[in-house]
Amino acid sequence: MSEQVQNKGGESTGWSPYLAGALVGLLAIISVYLTTTLMGKSNYLGASTTFVRAAGLLFQSVDPAHVAENAYYVKEKVKVDWQFMMIIGIFFGALISSLMDKSFKLEAVPPTWEKRFGSSIAKRAIFSFLGGIVAMIGARMADGCPSGHGLSGMMQLSMSSFIALAFFFGVGALVANMMYRKGQ
Amino acid sequence: MSTEQILGLVTGIFFGFLLQKGRVLRYDKQVGAMLFKDMTIFKFMLSAIIVGMFGILAMHDMGLIKLSHKAMNVGAILVGGSLFGIGWAVMGFCPGTSVGAIGEGRWHAVFGAIGMIVGAGVYAELFPFFKSTVLSWADFGKIGLPEVLGINHWVIAVIFTIITLIMFRWFEKKGI
Repeated sequence: MSEQVQNKGGESTGWSPYLAGALVGLLAIISVYLTTTLMGKSNYLGASTTFVRAAGLLFQSVDPAHVAENAYYVKEKVKVDWQFMMIIGIFFGALISSLMDKSFKLEAVPPTWEKRFGSSIAKRAIFSFLGGIVAMIGARMADGCPSGHGLSGMMQLSMSSFIALAFFFGVGALVANMMYRKGQ
Repeated sequence: MSTEQILGLVTGIFFGFLLQKGRVLRYDKQVGAMLFKDMTIFKFMLSAIIVGMFGILAMHDMGLIKLSHKAMNVGAILVGGSLFGIGWAVMGFCPGTSVGAIGEGRWHAVFGAIGMIVGAGVYAELFPFFKSTVLSWADFGKIGLPEVLGINHWVIAVIFTIITLIMFRWFEKKGI
């Protein structure tokens, strides 16, 4: 840890994104192979379907009949499956890694946001929440997010993923530039 | 836990570990890419895509795995992709990275994650409406770029890699 390069914030800079990314590519290969061999189904890295299952599980505790009848929950199957556990794993993996290199930091408002919109936690929370709603409606409509389309779809050269990623990023860049335009 | 669940958990731990090491779980990195100031997430994603692509295409050619394309439904991809872009810029996280961000202490990502669970619930309720509107415009099904272009997948993979390496060189030259 001590030999790692320190940036100006005094926080270790981690690994090269090229190396960490390439290892994720390797993880994707191993993971597709293992799920095919052990589960009989080729599973690719993805994240957004888990949010549907989480919503279904929560809703189920209030109104199980409604969830059982809803066409979308029936289609996506409300259960704690491979991808659901993978999402839980992401939390622990990030926790372990950040504790190991001491980059774990409790942060209420991200620096870039704070510089532009101030340090109000409530303001950040409201925008995050609303952004989350819109993003997930979009991800479910497009049937994937930057993991499912961006990583897994691109690796398979899926037609839909090339266009989806272009829209994700193109529209994202447009909105971000509007939000952070100077003199506003 | 079942084999399936253990396999998922272990895969996720490695995935989260690497996402954190690549420093892509940060709001500042995600929005930084959208503002063309810090292309870390692109370096990370494109490196993963290139390595994964060669392995997956090879395993598919050998008959070891099945591909799982997502449908090229025009309305779904254009409208859904745009909505995701808007939400991604405002929230500053995508679904997978929001969970990882919470893991490394950036707890404000919790609000985005809750919003996404609500959004998934809203989508489930509106699904019949979307099915009869946006999703019914035109659907080309589960197709790959090689079939659409009529070009061998290895040729596309090599071209894709060359373009990516040129982009990497440009990122490094610009220092972004």
